[in-house]
Amino acid sequence: MPDPSFVFAQSVSGLTAAMFLFLIASGLSLIFGVLRVLNFAHGTFYMLGAYCAYQFMVWLQPGPGKFWLAALGAALVVAALGGVIERLLFRHLYGKEELYQLLFTYALVLVLSDGAKMIWGTQQKSVTRPPELTGAFSVFGATIPHYNLLILLLGPAIALGVWYVLQHTRVGRFIRAAALDRETLGALGVNVNALYTWVFVIASALGGLGGALISPMRATVPGMDTEVIVEAFVVVVIGGLGSFWGTFLGALIYGQVLSFGILFFPRFSIYAVFALMAGVLMIRPWGLLGRPLK
Amino acid sequence: MARLARLPWGVLLVVIALLVPAAGSRFYTFLANDVAIWALFATSLNLLVGYTGLVSFGHAAYFGIGAYTTGLLMKKLAVPFLLAFPAAGVLAGGFALVFGFFCVRLTRIYFAMLTLAFAQIVWAICFKWNEVTGGEQGMPEIPYPDFGWLDRLSSVPLIGGWRTAEYFYFLCVLLIALCMWVLRRIAGSPFGRMLTTIRENAERAEFIGVNVRRYELAAFVLAGAFAGLAGGLFGIFNRGVFPDFAYWTKSSEVLIMTLLGGMGTFYGPAIGALALILLNQQITSYTEYWPFVLGTILIVLLFVFPGGLAGAAQIIASRIWRPRRA
Repeated sequence: MPDPSFVFAQSVSGLTAAMFLFLIASGLSLIFGVLRVLNFAHGTFYMLGAYCAYQFMVWLQPGPGKFWLAALGAALVVAALGGVIERLLFRHLYGKEELYQLLFTYALVLVLSDGAKMIWGTQQKSVTRPPELTGAFSVFGATIPHYNLLILLLGPAIALGVWYVLQHTRVGRFIRAAALDRETLGALGVNVNALYTWVFVIASALGGLGGALISPMRATVPGMDTEVIVEAFVVVVIGGLGSFWGTFLGALIYGQVLSFGILFFPRFSIYAVFALMAGVLMIRPWGLLGRPLK
Repeated sequence: MARLARLPWGVLLVVIALLVPAAGSRFYTFLANDVAIWALFATSLNLLVGYTGLVSFGHAAYFGIGAYTTGLLMKKLAVPFLLAFPAAGVLAGGFALVFGFFCVRLTRIYFAMLTLAFAQIVWAICFKWNEVTGGEQGMPEIPYPDFGWLDRLSSVPLIGGWRTAEYFYFLCVLLIALCMWVLRRIAGSPFGRMLTTIRENAERAEFIGVNVRRYELAAFVLAGAFAGLAGGLFGIFNRGVFPDFAYWTKSSEVLIMTLLGGMGTFYGPAIGALALILLNQQITSYTEYWPFVLGTILIVLLFVFPGGLAGAAQIIASRIWRPRRA
């Protein structure tokens, strides 16, 4: 039996990973739930978020509070990009065959990630941790950096925020209605096109924010988008495509399976995660908390 | 038109392909070999996507399994190519049977996701199982099949005197031609027609007493087996087998070829493979940003010519031969 403090540390690191995955996967799930498109390019929005945060930090110079400005800026830039892409291209795909949707979003991955390579090159970029959060403290013998603790608090806060918007605001009600029946909502006089754009913008912002927040913890490199999107898929499939809390649950499960998988079977932890996804798809294809598609 | 259609195009194409090394350029032979293998890979996927209407996002898994099977057998166990090549098809088909059993129970997007999940499992195993697959580093130096017996023919004109890579190319052309012929027969058989029926209306097929799932599974296994054969050849051609053969981006590459050529037609995906590889070769000599160009082409294709190159050619042909009455 491993040392309990080690188990605790491992579990906290799994939780931290889960919060990032949640930020990315929630956008993916939102787009799928409402727009019915599986967006491969969502991982690329995340990567662009990280690059934008790096770029803003270069412009702003490190200093207290600057990182948050950069992260916010990155989320806004990615959100704007998402809005433009949705307006110009994405909206012609709604209701088309899955193959076209998948290949289109893959084409976006190619264009955007190569575009990022043109701008930022292939060298890895890193962002220094915000100076106000460089410390760490220990709980139960495990050391947790302050930055990670913040992520652990921010994740649920953002989840609650999005949940509140979806559940208790007018826009949120429209979004949930659009997920159920687009035509009826349109017939009732709601501008569904604009609503879809907003959903895409919000989802892109979540992805960009996830990328910006992870940039002080991991180096930003080309290829991080295709890697993360598969992880995000696993999360949404486990939790249920289109289910908000399902995504949260999926991220938690993924984080724990990954960090304990590394502990017990160091080499097969990614394998365990994909096996979990395949298992869920076989038994409950619509995910743990999702609803079957009609 | 009718007279043109009666020409034995397949035989002609094989003869032309066999003449490529005679042009004297190693590079053209290399390109032709690449095209031939990818053409088989894309055609195998078309059986699933184009004929049966099942969008697999994990077809690279079977390509990878085939490549590792042939590679491992030939490199580590020194099994002759004659056995190692069919083994790629058998093993890939076997995995396709197991994975497909679960996949065909799901529909549409969930089918695509589950194929992706299985492919990622295959990739993860190839990536991590260092002892057998060489892990992240892959498995370099897969030997060529033994062409030593051909040395006796070295004085015979046309047959003798080629390099090993060229002998391998001839072997590839013949084997791939055989596979394509078999696939063509499958697509044109009553079984193939039934797959098209399922694509058009699975519910109706069910009504007339067709066991839809069993047909879909059979298509899945066949597609997997032929992808495995293509992978087996590719590992030798590439002089090495690497885990990214089974990575999800490979699956989308082959989907792009299928779409580029046109899914509605049998030869479309092969044309797509040809077009994409030639294009890649041309564009990478100008710019390193090939993915950017490919993505742009793909977006244009999806919005302007959803039928792919073959579809576009059909539209143009119908305009030329049957002009609309004014």
